[in-house]
Amino acid sequence: MTIFLQTFVNALALGSLYGLIALGYTLVYGVLRFINFAHSDIFMIGAWISFTFTGWLGWSTGAPGYALPVILILAMGFCALLAVAIEQLAYKPLRKAPRLNVLITAIGVSLFLQNTGVLKQVFGTQPQRMPALVNDHVMFTIAGVGVQFVDVLVVLLAGALMLLLQWMVFRTRLGRAMRAVSFDERTASLMGINVNRVISITFGIGSALAAAAGLLYALKYGSLKQSADSTWVLLGLKAFVAAVIGGIGNVRGAVAGGVLIGFLEMYGAAYLSPHLKDVYVFVVLIGVLLIKPSGLFGKAVVEKV
Amino acid sequence: MKSLAERTAAQRPNLAATAALSIAPLAVGVIAAFLLQAVLAPAIGPFYAKLVLDVGIAILLSVSLNIVNGFAGQFSLGHGGFMLVGGYTAAYLTYYGSIAFWGSAEIHGGFMEGGDIFFMVACVVGGIVAALAGLLVGLPSLRLRGDYLAIVTLGFGEIMRVVIQRTGDVLPVAAAKEKGMLGSITNVGGSLGFTDVPQYVSPTPWLEKTGHAGIFFTYIFVAICVVVAFRLKSSSNGRALLAVRENEVAAEAMGVVTARAKVTAFVMAAFFAGVAGGLFGHQSTLSPSELGFQRSIDIVIMVVLGGMGSISGAVLAAFLLTLMPEIFREFKPEWMLIYVAVIFGATVWQRFLGAKDAWKTHWRSKLIHRGIAVALAVTLQVRRDWAGEISHYRMIVYALALILIMIARPQGLFGTNEIWETNWWRRLFGRAASKTTPTSSEAP
Repeated sequence: MTIFLQTFVNALALGSLYGLIALGYTLVYGVLRFINFAHSDIFMIGAWISFTFTGWLGWSTGAPGYALPVILILAMGFCALLAVAIEQLAYKPLRKAPRLNVLITAIGVSLFLQNTGVLKQVFGTQPQRMPALVNDHVMFTIAGVGVQFVDVLVVLLAGALMLLLQWMVFRTRLGRAMRAVSFDERTASLMGINVNRVISITFGIGSALAAAAGLLYALKYGSLKQSADSTWVLLGLKAFVAAVIGGIGNVRGAVAGGVLIGFLEMYGAAYLSPHLKDVYVFVVLIGVLLIKPSGLFGKAVVEKV
Repeated sequence: MKSLAERTAAQRPNLAATAALSIAPLAVGVIAAFLLQAVLAPAIGPFYAKLVLDVGIAILLSVSLNIVNGFAGQFSLGHGGFMLVGGYTAAYLTYYGSIAFWGSAEIHGGFMEGGDIFFMVACVVGGIVAALAGLLVGLPSLRLRGDYLAIVTLGFGEIMRVVIQRTGDVLPVAAAKEKGMLGSITNVGGSLGFTDVPQYVSPTPWLEKTGHAGIFFTYIFVAICVVVAFRLKSSSNGRALLAVRENEVAAEAMGVVTARAKVTAFVMAAFFAGVAGGLFGHQSTLSPSELGFQRSIDIVIMVVLGGMGSISGAVLAAFLLTLMPEIFREFKPEWMLIYVAVIFGATVWQRFLGAKDAWKTHWRSKLIHRGIAVALAVTLQVRRDWAGEISHYRMIVYALALILIMIARPQGLFGTNEIWETNWWRRLFGRAASKTTPTSSEAP
């Protein structure tokens, strides 16, 4: 029972992180219909830039109470700007090109970000330890399982950001414009929506969420592998799988898929074999695609001539 | 008026002619492979011979992926995974098979004797196993929409990688004899990689005692793959694939069984990827981390750079992209001068040939391009120490080059054409020929 509850807490925290990253994939897929392979690198940069900002602000040894929101906003802002710049420079010239080209460009961007991060002037090749921005302690104990403050923080913050995004997509003018572009780009532009701006903003929002996930990941797990390490890519891939399982292009589905993947991975690791945790994720992915190709919460799309 | 059946029978080429069309280029390929091994490899030394070998394997991979990505327009990210399956199968067969047959895992016999034949068969078996894996993955997922194939193949590659990582250590000879071939099937090295596989594909020429004719074997498979790809492209099955690429719904309406066409292409590509994995496994240590997602991406990049469906483009891109990191590794400032000479030379040459569209691009953008090139060349001549710095940034330069190529030339080097179908080739080498050669759109 203790293992079950402990795993539950871990799975919920990891699942919310996957959900946050998956939102970025799903938003971009919604408006541009392409898999943004550079998204996992934005997540990586989010984690590393939080570390860098913490160092610059002199909070490496002890952080004041307001440190977390400051770093969060800085990291999200930085990654949003970076993503908009990438979108303008690399993806925008390819709006009319075949999708495969955009995909390769995304891979190029991904390689660029990874290898720029390794430079000694940027993040360097040494793995780092993220300083504790919050005072981590056991908040409360349920059935012998101590729930860490960081876990609660990760779940709450991720949940708050997801709710904020929900509100934005379904309740604001910008959100309506995003949904319109996703539904039919040409008609949306005929209705007076500035499609290019909406796409840029969507990239920015998705990347800000990835940056938040990066910071939370760094807070929860502490160790930061070097930027070109394959761990980042694998984390991103699993988040992408979460987006697909939830039905790509579906905002609520991405969150649900993320939590599902988190539970699958953690419970599989706890009860079956910890070494095969990546396999469960991909096996379930293939299973879901075979039974319900549009994802658990996605609508089936009829191919039109 | 003859009946329709008679007329179609008359259209069909006879068996002897088709066989000749396949065998003649294959024979040329085998001779070329022999020359590469016997003449080129001793002349250039082991370092460059290794590059020739790498290029051969890259060509095998890119031309085979081109069948799926280029011909059929399906986006597969699983080529690394199929390479992994084929490579491990072949390496397992040669390592434990050699122990079972000859009592040691060393290279057995001389050129084209027992060991070499066994190794070639093992590669083909590896290809067949990879093709079966391709069938297993392709059958369900190729009925889905395009993007999902990419995801499923990617997932397949990841699963294979993790499964291989969980296998046990490679058994030494005595233990392997004791457990037998089937008993040691899970002992393929785990995450450390499959070590001690007999190195049949070594770049050293066979005249020296240690090495075997690796380049020869590799390029035989390259020749087979390229000939198969060309024959497929001009066959009715290949045209069905091209139709699927252009418009799946229209192809279906024309009577193409799209699912079957796609699965066939997928299985063929997986076969050659498996063979390439086998060759790779007998040249260096197979390890699951090396044949993962990144490898698949590298091959996709080759196909897209070469141009979708262009076989000669895939060959050239495999060649360029294999050499490019090596070039940046030992960058010499003089090479910038060669580059500048080439771009100026090309313009003069185009002018000389009277090509008008060469001047279509605005003179100002050309001036800027050339200005940057000259400035770079001069700077690197003056500050020679900077050239060493460039090698630190080679992956960044590679990534930027990739992005720029995609933006500047989205259709790849040759588009969907072969190299001799491009305009500039005709202008350079065969003005008369260009009038008589029917382009694909004019062909009946």
